[in-house]
Amino acid sequence: MNIVIPAINWASIAPELVVFITAMVVLLIGAFFPRVSSGVTAGISLLGVMLSFLVTASLWGSSELAFANMLALDNYRLFFNFIFLICTGLTILASIDYFGKSSEPVEHAEYYALLLFACVGMMFMAAGTDLITIFLGLETMSIAIYILAAFVKKNIKGNEAALKYLLLGAFSTGFLLYGIALIFGATGSSNLATIYKYLSGTSNLSSPMLLFGMGFLIVGFGFKIASVPFHMWTPDVYEGAPTVVTAFMAAGVKAAAFAAFLRVFVYALPSLQPNWIAILWVLAILTMTIGNLAALLQENIKRMLAYSSIAHAGYIMIGMVAAKNAAADIGTYSVLYYLLAYTFMNIGAFIIVVLYGRYAEDNLNISDYAGMGYKYPVLGATMAIFMFSLAGIPPTAGFVGKFYIFAAAVKGGFIDLAIIGVINSVLSVYYYLRVTVMIYMREPVADQPGLKFSRSATLATTIAAVATLVLGIFPDTFITMARQSVSLILG
Amino acid sequence: MLPMSYYLVLGAVIFGVGVLGVLIRRNALVIFMSIELMLNAVNLTFITLSRYLESLHGQVYVFFVMTVAAAEVAVGLAIIMLIYRNWGTANIDDINLMKW
Repeated sequence: MNIVIPAINWASIAPELVVFITAMVVLLIGAFFPRVSSGVTAGISLLGVMLSFLVTASLWGSSELAFANMLALDNYRLFFNFIFLICTGLTILASIDYFGKSSEPVEHAEYYALLLFACVGMMFMAAGTDLITIFLGLETMSIAIYILAAFVKKNIKGNEAALKYLLLGAFSTGFLLYGIALIFGATGSSNLATIYKYLSGTSNLSSPMLLFGMGFLIVGFGFKIASVPFHMWTPDVYEGAPTVVTAFMAAGVKAAAFAAFLRVFVYALPSLQPNWIAILWVLAILTMTIGNLAALLQENIKRMLAYSSIAHAGYIMIGMVAAKNAAADIGTYSVLYYLLAYTFMNIGAFIIVVLYGRYAEDNLNISDYAGMGYKYPVLGATMAIFMFSLAGIPPTAGFVGKFYIFAAAVKGGFIDLAIIGVINSVLSVYYYLRVTVMIYMREPVADQPGLKFSRSATLATTIAAVATLVLGIFPDTFITMARQSVSLILG
Repeated sequence: MLPMSYYLVLGAVIFGVGVLGVLIRRNALVIFMSIELMLNAVNLTFITLSRYLESLHGQVYVFFVMTVAAAEVAVGLAIIMLIYRNWGTANIDDINLMKW
């Protein structure tokens, strides 16, 4: 038997390699120089993220398959790489501030290394063109994040969050894997391109193995994107985990899960589209409505943002329902654009939560925000920008994102979904504006000692706020980028 | 040789037992064991399908799954240890500071 070793093109995974090597270096620094300050490890991690960002930018426009068709090097993956790297970079900046306020000393080298490993996992999820690559990326990301959720060991809420995330995450992995096994059995391959070819050439699309496989994949991905009815873990985990980790989870994990979800369903299973559209149609409506209704009742801002992130997963699923397997398809690129916008506004909001605390996990009730706009005018205004953007009010990124999602739904013939989506956005304005009202129209409750703003977190907030506005006022460049990302190669 | 469907059904049954275990049992360790049972049911399915399709891919995937499962167990047991130290229990009904 001849064994042919496939050509290995290391350049095709250069962005991942850079982040991975940086993570290793940071880990080793932590092991050999235990007394090094957190600024050094964070600085090296940031450098790695920026370098990877440049490498990703230099690869923009390439279109090939690598590693024996296991990975794609296309704009779709590179666009998501930008999202993950921005997400990681902003989280690192905010973490310096967060752990500076934390009373318990943490192993900062391990923290930054895990953050980078999670980022590598996300990047491989977006790159994978084989169900197994996607699975490995997903697990690399998830395992790192289980640890991050429990990173502040004495914080018992964090412990609880980690346990819940671990048990439900591993549970969902089981479903995802069973789905992969059944699809492998039904089509004879786990490669997305081969699955696509097999399914478009066969008339036997109703075999139970195939349909169960598809269903289990929806369950597995549904857990990761926090779609109703697989969302039970989200509020608890988001509330309990350290705020910076929550920010990373809410934006990064969701984007990564959607990257893989979209690639698998739109580009490998379009033949089953009538089946999965019927399921996702229902899930999208449930996710939006339940997420928004539950968010109305929350008193804790992290929990409120958790439910809001569930609702946002619902909006993105509308775009997915409308997505088609075609170049420059509006359904697909509306999802990509929305995830980019969501990354900035959501991480921004969480970083404000970090900034507006004298110590870690302080001032978490929405009522604590009373009078914030008078005491800290800039901080209040920035929070208002993020809240307006999350609510989808122009001229912010959230508005443009929603506009394209609903436009895609109308164009794809899902007018009912678009209407329900708009009603839901109106509903969501209530709880976002409630925070803004607290900030500007209530007297401060008690006299609190002044806050100290660290330079790093201020920088992160500024980047997020400026990006939210730029994406909202001049969306053309980014829309073009997203549109260019939707020409997929399936070898 | 037994027909393939026997093995697939066995895999499905073990998977079902694992799911039931996760939903019914209240001890974090036992829940974790049930999850491992689910993963091993998937491994059995992979092997069966690999044999049936005469493709080695399925067998290679099993190695990946086992590696991932081992990593998950390492992290999972560490988290359960942490919980036990801070809470003095591993019963998930007691670990309920936030609304479940």
